[in-house]
Amino acid sequence: MKIQTARSGSRLVIKLCGEMDEYSAAQVRTACDDIIDRNKTAGSIVIDLADVAFMDSTGIGFLIGRYKKAGKMGIKLAVQSPNFAADKVLSLAGIYTLIPKVN
Amino acid sequence: MTNNYLKLQFYSLPQNQAFARDAVAAFCVQSNPSLSTLSDIKTAVSEAVTNCTVHAYGPDVGIITIECDICGDVLHISVTDAGRGIDDVERAVKPFYTTLPGDERSGMGFTIMQTFMDDFSVSSKKGEGTVVSMTKQLAAEVENV
Repeated sequence: MKIQTARSGSRLVIKLCGEMDEYSAAQVRTACDDIIDRNKTAGSIVIDLADVAFMDSTGIGFLIGRYKKAGKMGIKLAVQSPNFAADKVLSLAGIYTLIPKVN
Repeated sequence: MTNNYLKLQFYSLPQNQAFARDAVAAFCVQSNPSLSTLSDIKTAVSEAVTNCTVHAYGPDVGIITIECDICGDVLHISVTDAGRGIDDVERAVKPFYTTLPGDERSGMGFTIMQTFMDDFSVSSKKGEGTVVSMTKQLAAEVENV
């Protein structure tokens, strides 16, 4: 997967591009954690899923892992723009009660 | 509609997960399913294959077999491994149950297969392997936009 970041004030957007599954998740976890560690002063992080063409339950574990990490640092986590398939997976797991979906 | 059959066998390598779900999706396209149906099938196959890679074979490499049968407008799919088997199937299919909580596993794999497919069953024997069987109606539906 490819990862892009954009920081605007205290808001950090991490944009993921590609397919998230068991195979790709390890690399994305490490890369996102590095980005979060380099942005300790961020107040909020938004994971942008617009260009995630596929996501299975690996995505649930990934988001909960980043939610815990960001939470320990006092940073709020949100997601935006999941496609209908990723949205179905995340809704089924009740992810949005922990990690809100923003526009 | 013509009946059709596909059998895939491949190593339980993580890099084969995308191949497996894309191959099954490509096979189903001939039946003209809706995009959401195709997406449900891809996700369910990905979950089943991931279970084989992560749980059935673990660090070892084994063979995963996928068989797809299209009968009329119904897809029957089975994902079979010859791995360690599941100790307690009833518990394993419960939402959020995982044997590997430290690995950021959600424990939602079986729940997704169950929810996204029309029929779902698991048969497993300890030390011999597991068969996941799923069914999905392929007929084009009216999409909810």
